[in-house]
Formats: sequence, structure tokens, C-alpha cells
Amino acid sequence: MTWLDPAESAALSLSLVVAARSVIFSLPVAVAVTWLLSRSRFVGRPLVDALVHLPLVLPPVVVGYLLLVIFGSRGLLGGWLSRMFGIELVFTRNGAALATAVMSFPLMIRAMRISLENVDRGLEDAARTLGAGALDRFTTITLPLMLPGILAGAVTAFAAALGEFGAVITFVSNIPGETRTLPLALYTALQTPGGDRAAARLATLSIGLGLLGLLLSEWLARRVRRLLGR
Amino acid sequence: MLTVEAAKRRGSFSLDVRFETPVPGVVALFGRSGCGKSTVVNLMAGLLRPESGRMTLDGTVLFDAAAGIDVPAERRCFGYVFQDARLFPHLRVDSNLRYALRRAAAPHFVTLEAVVELLDLGGLMRRRTHELSGGERQRVAIARALLTQPRLLLLDEPLANLDRARREEVLPYLEILRDELRVPMVYVTHDFEEVLRLATHVVLIDAGAVIAQGAIGPMSLNASLRRIIGPDAVGAIVTGTALGVDPVTHLMRVRVGAGELNVRCAELGAGASLRVQLLARDIIVSTELPRHLSVRNNLAGTVAGIQDDDEEAELVAIDVGGEQILARVTKAASRDLGLKTGLAVWALIKSVSIRVHLVGARA
Repeated sequence: MTWLDPAESAALSLSLVVAARSVIFSLPVAVAVTWLLSRSRFVGRPLVDALVHLPLVLPPVVVGYLLLVIFGSRGLLGGWLSRMFGIELVFTRNGAALATAVMSFPLMIRAMRISLENVDRGLEDAARTLGAGALDRFTTITLPLMLPGILAGAVTAFAAALGEFGAVITFVSNIPGETRTLPLALYTALQTPGGDRAAARLATLSIGLGLLGLLLSEWLARRVRRLLGR
Repeated sequence: MLTVEAAKRRGSFSLDVRFETPVPGVVALFGRSGCGKSTVVNLMAGLLRPESGRMTLDGTVLFDAAAGIDVPAERRCFGYVFQDARLFPHLRVDSNLRYALRRAAAPHFVTLEAVVELLDLGGLMRRRTHELSGGERQRVAIARALLTQPRLLLLDEPLANLDRARREEVLPYLEILRDELRVPMVYVTHDFEEVLRLATHVVLIDAGAVIAQGAIGPMSLNASLRRIIGPDAVGAIVTGTALGVDPVTHLMRVRVGAGELNVRCAELGAGASLRVQLLARDIIVSTELPRHLSVRNNLAGTVAGIQDDDEEAELVAIDVGGEQILARVTKAASRDLGLKTGLAVWALIKSVSIRVHLVGARA
């Protein structure tokens, strides 16, 4: 990518790394939470449901602030994570991945939940009569049948993760090469005198990535639907 | 022996059934739509839990509310063929079959190859399930249920979604299951035609309760059953033995009770066991041996009883030497003939109106 200067291509590759980590780590959690929310009945379920969806309605700055409170070096979990596992989140790309994961979590859950609710419970009953226990049924029937939703959720969350700004800059700041993702680089370029051309390039890049993501997700969904015979 | 006792309430509907039937055999749970038949098989499969009751198969307790026994559905070793097949859409036909085979816990009595051959699935194995026709789907569903090596096969209206022609495509396979694999079956249906073809026993269900039960022969005379199937389907179902084809008439001679019938049917070895349906509306009663008639069959017997059928007609039960048959006659005719219990009569039936089905192993 010769038309990008080194700082800009660093921002691009960092964005991809952060988004990929965010999706990889939140995917299994999202599957579990989706299952809990739509299949089990427990006290406090509406509260968990609301908490999961909170990032949709909160200003991203608030999410970033809460992450600082919880995962900061003197935070509730941050100090413990650092001491026990040497995991540092503040000012690191893993922290950026956490912030984007929290922000895109509700999008992921929504896509998965629709597809889980569309899974015919009758097929799970059929699997039961064929001798499949609960975990067996989940992995061999439920999970493959909700695959379209899982893929859609993953792609949407990845695209959203590429664009997350407020929570990232609040939680992990704007450090070149470590936490300066595409939107942060774009913001920085706009703040810099003579950065107009760089800003235009980064904006074009963001639009291109977004388009690519949407087209890819549509193509994947079509393929999977054909595989599932719908 | 299969024994079932189960009670369950669902909203305003309450179910309380109790029946027992010999195993192997095909017991038909028969009744109008919405009478609770499907609920009964779901309770038997373990997909629903009765509030009270007890269920055993050949001495194994599968459910006993009082003793706190409830074997989970996945460990009951029952095959289940659903009305809508429920094939897994993300797996091809062969993977659907292997899914069942891999999880079969009971001792294996059929192999994948045998089932594929039995149900003619050879050409379908690599197909996706949505590429199958309705009849093919049900054949795959039956094969899949068989591969669980079931101790009991539950079938919930497996032919209800198929048209007449597709049903004829699947029914022979179910007869083979009954006669050759001798798989015990519980067969839910509201179509008496399927009962006639498949059932050895009938459990009659109405409004969530068993109102009659027994072997198909005696049940065909049952008044409650008659009310459900309607006047045109009423008729005795008796057991006959093939005696061989008459060289002159080319009709099959069949022994029924103490008499003999000539029927049209495919050539069978002598000695084959047949199920013969004699519709009450097709039987003519005579008080003397008739002559100069085109009717090929007359069975000598005595009147065993007379019941009112409707305003104008009555049903005459005739004992023809060990078997009872029913004839519908108008009250006027009955009066003119002076029909009464114990009277010697002849029952006349046209060969073309007799229906026969083979039961038991193919010759």
C-alpha cells in the first residue's frame, strides 16, 4: 500500500488486529450469553439482557470510563489481572480489543439471538430420540443451525470494531503503533495542520473496509443458507 | 408387553390414558384429530413428562411417577418417526442416518446397509434433505429411527402430510417392518385405512381417554370405533388363510371361519395369512341359499345379534364359524326376512368388493 505512509499503514494493520482479537474473544462468550438469554429462565434475566444491551444506548465515553474504573491499574479487576497473569489492559492493544468487544457485543448478540430463535426445537427433540444428550445436541444440531447468525454477528461486530472510537480513546488513549486505530488516526490527522489529505485517505480506507465487510457478510450468509438448504 | 398409564393436564385439556398391548405387534392409537394421540406418544418418548403414571416395556420400567423413575428420552432406546420427518437440514441423507447409528445404545439388530436396502435409499444417500420428495423424506426418517436399534418404534401420523399416491409409496415399507423385522410399533393415525393395513391392535382414544382397546378383529366390530370411522367404513376385519388360485376363475380361494371366499388378489403361496375386510354395506343377507346370482361368495352362518345402526337400518352380526361379520340391512328388509338371533342365514358378498391384505412374512 504505497499510497499510505508508514504511520497510516500501521493504523490499518493495528485496526485489523484489534478487531480480530475482539471478535475471537467475544464470540464464545456471545454464544453462551445468547443461549442463556433465549433458552434458560433464571431470576435476573431481564437485568442481564439490559446490561448486555447497555453499550447500544450509552455514550461510548461512559463505557470507556467504566472500563477504566474496572480494569485500570488501580481498578477492581485490573490490579488483580496484572498481578496474577501479568495482563495489562490500559494503554495496550488488548485493552483496545476489550473496549471494542464490549461496544460491539450487543450487535453480535442480536444477530445470534434471531438465528437461535429460528432453530426448530423439534429438530433438537428429534436428536434426543436418536440418543443425543444435551451437550451433544447443542454442538451437533443447535450450533450448526445457528451458524448463519454467528457469522453475521461476527462480521457485523468486526466491522463495528474497526470503527470504534469513543470507548477506545477513553480507555486506552491514542498511542501511535499501540492503540491508534484507523478512526483515531483519522481524528489525529484532522487535528494536525496540513493533515487533510491523510484524513481523506483514511476516510476512503474506512469506507472501503466497511463496504468489503458488508459484501462479504452477504456472500457468506448466502453460502451458509444454501448449505443449510433454505 | 407394553403397558402405559399416564395422566397430564395441558391448559384446559386433560389426558388420562391407560392401555396395554402385546409386543411385538403394531398398536394403532386411533382417534379424531385433537383427541390427544400425539401427546400420548410424546409422553412415551419422554419428550413430555406425565404428572402421574407408569410405563413399562417387556418388564423394563421407563417411567414411574410414584417411584421417581424417569428414563430420559435420549436413553429410552425408542425410535420416533415424526409427522414432519424432522431430518437435519445441515446434514446429507447418509449423515442423518449415521447420526442415529453412532448413538445407538441398544444391541444392534439392523445394519446401515440392510436399512438402506430395505427402504430403497441407495440413490438418495448423497442428497441434501431439502432435495427429497415428501415420501422420500418419510422413508429416510423411518430408516433413521430404525438405526437407533429401537426396542419400540413410535410413529406419529407419518403419512398425514402425504397425498394418497405418496402414502401408497411408503405403506409397503411399514408392512415390511412389521412382518420381517418384527419391530414393535406404536402408530398414531386418524386414517382408518392405515389402521386396516398396519395395526394388529387398536387403542381408541377420545377426548384424552382410552374408550376401547383390543386386537384388530374384535375392535372392527366395536360400536365406538364405528362412530368414529363413519358408516361407509364399517365392516368386520377377519383373518383368512389363502388356499390357492382356482384354475377356472383365476380368483384366490380364501378360508374365512368355516366358509370360503373367492377374492381378487396377487398370487400368494397357499397358507399365507390374510387380513380380509368385509364392509357391512356390501353384504347381502339371505335366509335361503340363493341361486341364479352373479355373487361369487356366500358364507353360511347364524345371526349372533342385531343392533340399531340409524333410523332406517340395523347392523346384523353373523357368526360364520369362528368369525363374526357385520351386515347392514334396512329395518324393512330385516322385518320381511324375520331376522332374529340364532336364525340360520347366508351372507353374500361380491368378490370385487372384498379387500385383502397380506399379514406375516412374505412367501
